[in-house]
Amino acid sequence: MSSDPVWPEYDERTRAMVDAMVAAEQRALAARKAKLEDCECKEGMFPTGGRSATRRSFLAVAGGTTLGLAAGGARAAAPPGAIEFPVPDDPTRIQGRPTHDDGGYGTRSQFESEVRWRFPTATKESSWTMTPLESGHGIITPSGLHFERHHGGIPTIDPARHSLIVHGMVDQPMKYTMADLMRFPSVSRFHFIECSGNGLTEWKEPTLKTVQGTHGLTSTSEWTGVPLATILAEAGVQEGAAWVLAEGADAAVMTRSIPLDKCWADAMLAYAQNGEALRPEQGHPLRLLLPGFEGNTHIKWLRRIEVSDAPFMSREETSKYTDLLMGGKARQFSFTMEAKSVITFPSGEMKLPGPGFYEITGLAWSGRGRVRRVEVSTDGGQSWRVASLEGPIMPVCHTRFRIPWRWNGDPAVLQSRCQDETGYVQPTIKQLVEARGLDGGKWGSVYHLNGIQSWGVASDGSVTNVHHYA
Amino acid sequence: MSITMRDAVAKYGPRACVLAVGLGLAGGALAQGSHGGPYGLGTPATAEEIAAWDIDVMPDGRGLPPGEGGYEAGKEVYTEHCLACHGPDLGGVAGTGGGALIGGRGTLASGKPRKTVESYWPYASTLFDFTRRAMPFHAPGSLSDDDVYAVTAYILAEGNIIGRDAVMNAETLPKVVMPNVDGFIPDSRPDVFD
Ligand code: HEC
Repeated sequence: MSSDPVWPEYDERTRAMVDAMVAAEQRALAARKAKLEDCECKEGMFPTGGRSATRRSFLAVAGGTTLGLAAGGARAAAPPGAIEFPVPDDPTRIQGRPTHDDGGYGTRSQFESEVRWRFPTATKESSWTMTPLESGHGIITPSGLHFERHHGGIPTIDPARHSLIVHGMVDQPMKYTMADLMRFPSVSRFHFIECSGNGLTEWKEPTLKTVQGTHGLTSTSEWTGVPLATILAEAGVQEGAAWVLAEGADAAVMTRSIPLDKCWADAMLAYAQNGEALRPEQGHPLRLLLPGFEGNTHIKWLRRIEVSDAPFMSREETSKYTDLLMGGKARQFSFTMEAKSVITFPSGEMKLPGPGFYEITGLAWSGRGRVRRVEVSTDGGQSWRVASLEGPIMPVCHTRFRIPWRWNGDPAVLQSRCQDETGYVQPTIKQLVEARGLDGGKWGSVYHLNGIQSWGVASDGSVTNVHHYA
Repeated sequence: MSITMRDAVAKYGPRACVLAVGLGLAGGALAQGSHGGPYGLGTPATAEEIAAWDIDVMPDGRGLPPGEGGYEAGKEVYTEHCLACHGPDLGGVAGTGGGALIGGRGTLASGKPRKTVESYWPYASTLFDFTRRAMPFHAPGSLSDDDVYAVTAYILAEGNIIGRDAVMNAETLPKVVMPNVDGFIPDSRPDVFD
């Protein structure tokens, strides 16, 4: 596809950036593989994910053999979020670790090594990391693996000193401490947050190799907080108000303008994620949650809400997060994350050990509501079968789909496409490019790629990122 | 006259409705609080507290502080505080994350667009607002308002949007017409619906 003459070629600087990025992903992959070199799972069917470790560990224990990481042997440092412990030959013949030795906050197993992967931007303060979707199970993203996007690093904020000011076109400007906010009636909801830059490298040609690279800027958590509507009603919104500015307390003092309708409808001031306080990377102690809106609008470290009659035209809603179309005009305030799905198993860089039975599984989501249906093709979109959806299917939330597949060993192209409850069907990347054009930037375009992802399965079982349109 | 939760429900439908039913019940049980709405939590924000954080600037100039600055002063500010990352010619410095601030005018429809303050940004207020809140990257919020006005004037003049004799202040900045002011359209998605 890249030879198509209407699609501009990469300039030298961009090419260098692409190369740097592919190299960084390669290093991450190599590091993961090296971690698994010690065990026998390198020939398994999940060579790059924690999933392999889990299954292999299980098999190894069941089979009475030991893993390479034996007690007393030279041990690599434990993966992030884990502590390295000696591994007994037979855990039934020796007491395990004392209860509560972890100080009362648990860690994951030292054999689980999946981590977020950082996109190699110029600074580490304005950068992003991606969720390893390929090793995820169900729909919840572990809080420590939730994708990140920061523009001025991760601030350290003492919740006892944090407050939220609500002012502007209100009857009574108000100030709330975290303790005040936590006294209001609360709600808990499961929602995905997706960066509108998710997939930005994939417009012109398949670029990154894994689903972590191509789709890892989406994550789902259970969020708890106060409906913004409650707080707005407290302050009393004045006639003529139409927009709200949300501002963070980070070094970017991040700001976005939000339509007031959205604030009344379902916006939340979230202080908790998956049952505990927000993680610092997710806005501790307070973030805005705007179900279905692009991730950048869910302002983290929220300190100020200003009600106004017009949008503020911040840098993030003019210079960035606008979509330049064919003809030179740019779409602005393109908030909604449209319906999207991706197969997470099998996906890029995995290797199927041979013909036979596999369960294809993945995630589907829509910013407009519930996922109604997911179809899966194993022949590059010629024919489709309806996948089963795991319930409960929640609005604006990752939905897990699964479908059995018997691979006959021939090359195959795996695709998923979803439909949401509005009837909207996930398009192909080609259809999106035809409608919008490529904006000619580094990757062809940037935001709001929700096209169908294709994974090519070669006859040797290796899975790669391909572009394929039926 | 303010919009009540009930008005919001009428206007914004069922999701707000769920919240409002809850609030309605609570409203019956709770007397009007000492501040704001029925819950009476929080404290009124004082003018000083608001002023300390209220740094946003809108295209019509609302929010612009007193002070002013012009090209020559701006050049000094730029050289000292911006040049290292955005370059002597305002073309950006690879590896710093500081991109090009000028150039690229007329390229947006070319298939090889260069998006900069000059070519892409619709409002000059955004340059002032963003610089004041987030730049210089290594020391955000460290410039005086006069310095921010001055460096804004310098960047706009280098981009041939204003003259080198123009002084930027709360009066003049909102009057600056950016080359791409008409370059933005509302979201018209879904693009593909079959
Ligand atoms: C230490 C390096 C550094 C310095 C010094 C610096 N910047 Fe920046 N600048 C950056 C980075 C990095 C970004 C991108 C920030 C992000 O990703 O959100 C940026 C972004 C910008 C942008 C937004 C560009 C766009 O297209 O969206 C403007 C405008 C800007 N800087 C102006 C300035 C001004 C004015 C100064 C001097 C007062 C300055 N910068 C000093 C690194 C720097």
